[in-house]
Order: sequence, then structure tokens, then C-alpha cells
Amino acid sequence: MNDLMNRRDLLKLAGMGVAVFVSGTTVRAGGAAQIKNESFYFVQLSDTHWGFNGPNINPDSQGTLKKAVAAVNGLDEQPDFVVFTGDLTQTTDDRKIRRDRMAEFRDIVRQLKVETVRFMPGEHDASLDRGDAYQEFFGDLHYTFDHNGVHFIVLDNVSDPMAAVGDKQLQWLKTDLQQMKKETRIVVLTHRPLFDLAPDWDWATRDGDAVIDALMQHPNVTVLYGHIHQEHHHMTGHIAHHAAKSLMWALPEPGSVPKKAQIPWNASEPYKGLGFRELEAQVASGRYDIKELPVSRG
Amino acid sequence: MKNVMIFLIAASVGYFHEESVLRSSPGRAPSNEQTIRVSASTFEFKPSEIRVKKGVPVVLELISEDRHHGFKLAEFHLRADIQPGAAEKIRFIPDKTGTFTFFCDVFCGGGHEDMSGILKVVE
Repeated sequence: MNDLMNRRDLLKLAGMGVAVFVSGTTVRAGGAAQIKNESFYFVQLSDTHWGFNGPNINPDSQGTLKKAVAAVNGLDEQPDFVVFTGDLTQTTDDRKIRRDRMAEFRDIVRQLKVETVRFMPGEHDASLDRGDAYQEFFGDLHYTFDHNGVHFIVLDNVSDPMAAVGDKQLQWLKTDLQQMKKETRIVVLTHRPLFDLAPDWDWATRDGDAVIDALMQHPNVTVLYGHIHQEHHHMTGHIAHHAAKSLMWALPEPGSVPKKAQIPWNASEPYKGLGFRELEAQVASGRYDIKELPVSRG
Repeated sequence: MKNVMIFLIAASVGYFHEESVLRSSPGRAPSNEQTIRVSASTFEFKPSEIRVKKGVPVVLELISEDRHHGFKLAEFHLRADIQPGAAEKIRFIPDKTGTFTFFCDVFCGGGHEDMSGILKVVE
């Protein structure tokens, strides 16, 4: 089958009355039931920082997330699920405001058409109270789920304010990985980079090396994360790491300026540097095709 | 004996870089040692710029005015947790000139990302 013809292309053909018959390990267009190992697609949104207020950075801080939700709802085909890779809310010392922001964020993303939405915390959500408020609204800080033959591992590298996964969670990860067959497609979802992208800018996980060592035993691992507010791609051995854009403000490329700072809003190019992404999971080959999308199509 | 010889040779050529980042320990301080008090509070270090001389031993005396902060100076492999009510001392010998960034590596709130300073090491 032509790799360029993905699941949605096939579904469009099927919708046009074209009969499509392909291998059971890829797609059964026209069939309602999904089977293990068929390709699928999902959407990643990140770093929405609900509650942030900075007119010079994002004068539409109250509207950007809502526009993104509308954009996802307007996709030609709805994704199988949506994942938010942390920093759902802007941090605050005030416990009540923290919870208010989480409630508002939750209410906005409830407008998504897609039924399955996965969350994980960023340091803004969870570092000041070790994830107490986050868990009240969004559940566990780390967990796994499976979808069409892909094993997703959600790792928490933020509820410890020292940006560590920690021994206990690391052991949990190793136990989970031991239960996986060698050929299992594994996707790790986390907030901070697991490798030392820019430690001077706090773009690292203190014990990320130990996590990567554990993952390295498996031949098909992809890591999706946020935190750095820009698209970024990196390999550690055979493991691919892909960072997503933010939906509140953009940050400069690592090491490109002496001091990390939010990129000011550009009125001539509103929402520049912001966006979300689709990921087409080609399960049979273990490949993920990434397509970056703007905040809105307007 | 062989191990001792290796140690002596390595020490004589400065192999043990970590020697320059020894944490505070009992004993007599070098006579030219410079002590610099650095306070951390949300979301700044004071002073935010520290000037030292290459080769002159330095003690950074770190204190927190409010909450748990961190201090990381990656170029010299230095880091410390700074808790309120307890001074943390880091002793090191700057062995290279230049301007180096130090920062808080314990998430401490909304201005955490801006909490940094610079160390200037001059001849």
C-alpha cells in the first residue's frame, strides 16, 4: 500500500463510493469497527496556560484556546483522541485561583467533539502543590493506555518541583515495560524533554537519562512532549522526541538568545508560533506522520 | 600502590575537575577565599551579577528569603537546594574566564523562568 495514502485519504475515497480493501494490519476503510494495528490519528495540544495575562505576549489569551478547540472540532475527520501535554493552566500561588483556572480549562475543552481526551500536568499545573489540585480535576499524574496496538505511557516529570520522574515512578515504568513485547509500538507522553535540550533554560528532566535508558530496550519508542513552546525534533539513539507548539506564547530556539524570554505578540502576524498538531500513527511501520496546524483557519 | 600512583598523576595534571566544586566542608579556608552571600526570593537572586577572579577560591553562601529554590551553575557542575532558614554553602575555584548563567532549577512559581543571574569570571 502506498505510504502516502493514509487512513483519512482512504476514508475519503470510501466516502466517495470507492471500494477500498487493504491488509488487516493497516486500514479497513468503510468498516465501523477498528482493529488492532490499524493506522489512526490523534491530536496533540500543549501549553495552553489558561489564566495567563500578558497583552504584549498574547492579547487574545482568553480566546486562543477556544479557537483551537473550534479548529479541532472543524477538522474534516475527528481524531480518535486528543492529548494535552501539560501546562494546561498558568501557575499561581493562590489555591482557589488554581482550581478556578482548572475548572475553566476543563469546561472549555469539554466543547471538543471528540470523546476521549487525555491530560497530563505541566509544572505550572502541579509543581507548587505536588499535583493535588491537578488530580482533583484530571486524575492520575502518570498512567498508561492502549489504542489500536499502540501502548501510550504518560510520564509525570513535573509534580516534583525539581523536575524529576523519581525512583518510584521509574520503577513503575520499568515494570510496565517488562510486560510489553519487544515489538510493541510505544509512545511516551510527557511535559518536559527527557533529554538535556537546554539545561540552562530548565529544558531537561533531572533523571531523564534513566528514563531513556529504560526505554532504549524497546526498538519502537516515540516521545511527545511540550514545555518548550515550539516545534522541535531530536533523536536519542533510535528514540524520536517531538516537542509541540504552545497555545499561549512562543519561545526562542534553544540557545539562540542569551536569556530565554517569551516572544512578543506580532500584530502583523497574530498567533505566529502558536498551534497544535495532528499525528497519523502508521502502526504497522511504527511511524508517526506529524502535521502542524495553526490556531485557527481564519 | 599502582592506584595511588594513578591518583597522584591525575591530580597533578588537574584531571579531577570535581576538585574545583567541593561543597562546604570543615577545615581551614584558603587565605584568599572570597565569600559571597546570595539571597534567593521569588523570583530573583541578589546580587544577580557576581564577579570573581579566575583561580581565586569562592564560597557562595546561598539563602532563601521565602520558599524552596534551587541554584544551578551548570558550567561549573554546581547545584544546591536552598531552603528558608538554612544557609547553603558551595565552595569552588573558578578555573575559566567568561560569563556564565546560574538559575533556579526548582519550580517556584509564575516568575520561575526569569529567576537567573550571571557569574563573571575575570583574570
